Amino acid sequence: MTSELTSAPETASIRVRLRQPARLRNLELVLVVIACAVGGGALVLTQLGALGQTDPGVLMLAGVLAVLVLAMHVSLRLTAPQADPFILPVVTLLNGLGIAAIYRIDLADGDSGWDAAGVRQIAWSSIAILAAIVVIVVIRNHRVLQRYRFVSMFAGIVLLILPMLPIIGHEVYGAQIWIRVGTFTFQPGELAKIALAIFFAAYLVESRDSLSMVGTKFLGIRFPRARDLGPILVIWAAAMAVLIFQRDLGTSLLYFGLFLIMIYVATGRVSWVLMGLGLFIGGAVIAGQVLGYVAGRFRGWLDPFNPEVYDAVGGSWQLVQGLFGMANGGLLGTGLGQGRPDLVPLAQSDFIIASLTEELGLAGLFAILALYLLFISRGFRIGFSGQDDFGRLLGVGLSFVVALQVFIVVGGVTRIIPLTGLTAPFLAAGGSSLVANWMIAAILLRLSDTIRNQPRLVV
Amino acid sequence: MNKELKRVSTAVLLMFVALFASGTIITVFQEENLRADPRNARTLYASFSAERGPLLVDGVPIAESTPVDDDFEFQRVYNDPLLYAPVTGYFTLNQGNAGVEGALNDYLTGTANDQFFDQLNAIFTGQSPKGAAVELTIDPVAQQAAWDALGDYRGAVIAMDPQTGAILAMVSKPSYDPNLLATHDTSSVITAYEQLEADPTSPLDNRTIGGTLYHPGSVFKVLMTAAAIDSGEFEPTTEIPNPPTLQLPLSNTVISNAQGSTCGGGATVTLANALRLSCNIPFAQVGASLGEDTIAEYAEAFGFGSRIQVPMSATASIYPDGMDEAQLMLSSFGQYDVRVTPLQIVMLSAAVANGGELMQPTLVERILAPDLTELVSFDPTVYSQPISAETAETMVPMMVANVDSGAASNARMNGVDVGGKTGTAQNAEGTPNTLWFTGFAPASDPQIAIAVVVENGAGFGNQVAAPIAKKVFEAVLNK
Repeated sequence: MTSELTSAPETASIRVRLRQPARLRNLELVLVVIACAVGGGALVLTQLGALGQTDPGVLMLAGVLAVLVLAMHVSLRLTAPQADPFILPVVTLLNGLGIAAIYRIDLADGDSGWDAAGVRQIAWSSIAILAAIVVIVVIRNHRVLQRYRFVSMFAGIVLLILPMLPIIGHEVYGAQIWIRVGTFTFQPGELAKIALAIFFAAYLVESRDSLSMVGTKFLGIRFPRARDLGPILVIWAAAMAVLIFQRDLGTSLLYFGLFLIMIYVATGRVSWVLMGLGLFIGGAVIAGQVLGYVAGRFRGWLDPFNPEVYDAVGGSWQLVQGLFGMANGGLLGTGLGQGRPDLVPLAQSDFIIASLTEELGLAGLFAILALYLLFISRGFRIGFSGQDDFGRLLGVGLSFVVALQVFIVVGGVTRIIPLTGLTAPFLAAGGSSLVANWMIAAILLRLSDTIRNQPRLVV
Repeated sequence: MNKELKRVSTAVLLMFVALFASGTIITVFQEENLRADPRNARTLYASFSAERGPLLVDGVPIAESTPVDDDFEFQRVYNDPLLYAPVTGYFTLNQGNAGVEGALNDYLTGTANDQFFDQLNAIFTGQSPKGAAVELTIDPVAQQAAWDALGDYRGAVIAMDPQTGAILAMVSKPSYDPNLLATHDTSSVITAYEQLEADPTSPLDNRTIGGTLYHPGSVFKVLMTAAAIDSGEFEPTTEIPNPPTLQLPLSNTVISNAQGSTCGGGATVTLANALRLSCNIPFAQVGASLGEDTIAEYAEAFGFGSRIQVPMSATASIYPDGMDEAQLMLSSFGQYDVRVTPLQIVMLSAAVANGGELMQPTLVERILAPDLTELVSFDPTVYSQPISAETAETMVPMMVANVDSGAASNARMNGVDVGGKTGTAQNAEGTPNTLWFTGFAPASDPQIAIAVVVENGAGFGNQVAAPIAKKVFEAVLNK
């Protein structure tokens, strides 16, 4: 032991420091190539299963995506060499599987060109990857974001309010959460979750001491002073109000969960969680009484096979179709292109998990959930090992928002919770969701790079 | 902060565990129920895109699938649809199935467990899957004779081989055309179905095994006689008091015999003569003497209270319980709340004709896989032994006498002994009587047992129902 220690301790440590970044990126490259191969393979299998032949057109388009992913990998090599090597491959694989599942429904419906959601999804994926590259290249130090906390807050609120504006606001399936300019639709609420996560993180880092220490005790729970709590309550109430008026239960639940977890992690006060849960359950019960669509969702959740609930407008028909699809998949699935996921409504967006489970089976569902878990655990690692509290909070907030979104979507489709209209991150059709989630991935990559680099303070 | 993070991580992990669990529950544990749900369009598409097996009568298909050029690939076609509708039932896209089509759907689509290896084989060889063929026990001659004999009456005829339980004829009128319900145009199917449903004559009811149950009237006396003799309390020669009218105990109701007088004269009448002349008052007294429990025991052994599978489920016939003495006496000649299917009545005759051994009635001769190997063959099975062989032996001549020189004279045939019993059950005021005949032939070696019911005939069972049965007997025995 002693002889080894005296031999070359310094050179050994230097070698590690020099070679580690390249090693991380090389690992990432291998995994990205595998992810692209799996995604491309899924497309080919889908074509073989549904058409009995291959169609090079769509594969060429998907090839463009692979090139973009490699471009992202190169920008990571240049600007964030020590970033986490698992995030990009996981996200690429999920995105690829999603495209295959969406394209599969296009084949069943006979859509092609711009009518095909799969082609649009590929286009949106390119935009999303470009956006992620921009985030990586432009934001060299995440602490810059902390300076823009109030800008973030206002940006978040404006993004949430946009769909309610008269001309550009656009309603789909009863939820007013889209904006439309020409034929171009976008769901600004998806981007708002990033803005709000940044605001919450920055704000909580600053005021968490006063939030957790000062306050009056009432019924054994310490309530913070109004001036500490004010800004957060305001933005929470604004977000909730907007979402209730826009009739989007899932997004409302998502923001609320994000808010609750970040405040809990920042202050360590269980009372916040209890208070928040109480507020939400109270709100949900009232919403269930007052709002017809919420009540319908609850009935559909509790008793979906009851013929009355099944046939009711806004009843459990959708949900049960998804269950039929998943049951058809069984343990190993029907094989890509060989099931009937097109019988399920919204099979490309809200029910994409049911589509994938039908054709890939329980095994495929487990694999997809495991990919999500891997992505989330990499995000939480930032929370555990980061040096600055802002970065840690932001990392946890962003990965938790993905975790919660997966839970709400998959839990809704598999009857753990009432069905709400949310999209599975990276998988489901929808440009806004893709762009937002790729940006989240980019921010997490940046955060993981800075952990290893120990940045200087810029504030 | 790390403590909180650990807790949040645990929470996220638990959330995912819940997702893993719910996914498993749906795809593994609930899979079968979800697949079997009639609202599951996948099962439907699967059952249509497979070539559904035919229903055969003497090797001739009465229902078959022919290839068509639409989403479903095959169209179900019914040959001689009105004649066989009660047997075949119908196979619709998504409005449910009835008859043998519904009861044996698994075999016909090829998804029954017995066909597992055929399914595997189809997967590996790339052949399109095929369902099994079902050979029915129906005798086309008997079926046609029963259909023709029933004419324009509303009612039903069911005939079975008392020695095997094979159902030889199953006719219900008015009938309907199952082809109308088998088209792939859902809206026209729904229209046709609603019209049939709204029809006051209920053409969709298979009157032989379901629909509105009938009062048996005097054919119930076959069961009463069997119970009386088999219990040992009575013999054919037992003398029973014979008043012209009888006031029921603790009641103002006065009953009389159909003849409006005593039963054949004399202060007493034998059980044999009471059956032969179909008198009500003696049987009311037989019932009171046996008691509700004893009669119920025999009724149950004959099939009352059971949903008999032929293989579609018959409605259970009802022998009421908790009756007072007046009600017991009324029910003893088939009135009050006794309600039966013609299937139940033919089972009475069949048991008597087969030495007291009641065979399980069935429509299915055997089920053949597409490669003509036999998947299932229905060997005759005993349903029950409601009465002893001696009782049956005693009863056969009593029922023959009923046709020869009694109330069922119109079923008499030249050169063949026929056993039988007629019935004329009274319904609510203003509605016609239910006219019955049940019996078997030839009495020496019974080949066929029958129950005939007519809803809207005038007169007595002997005038309307007995001649119908006679025509079916003739058609079968003269073959």
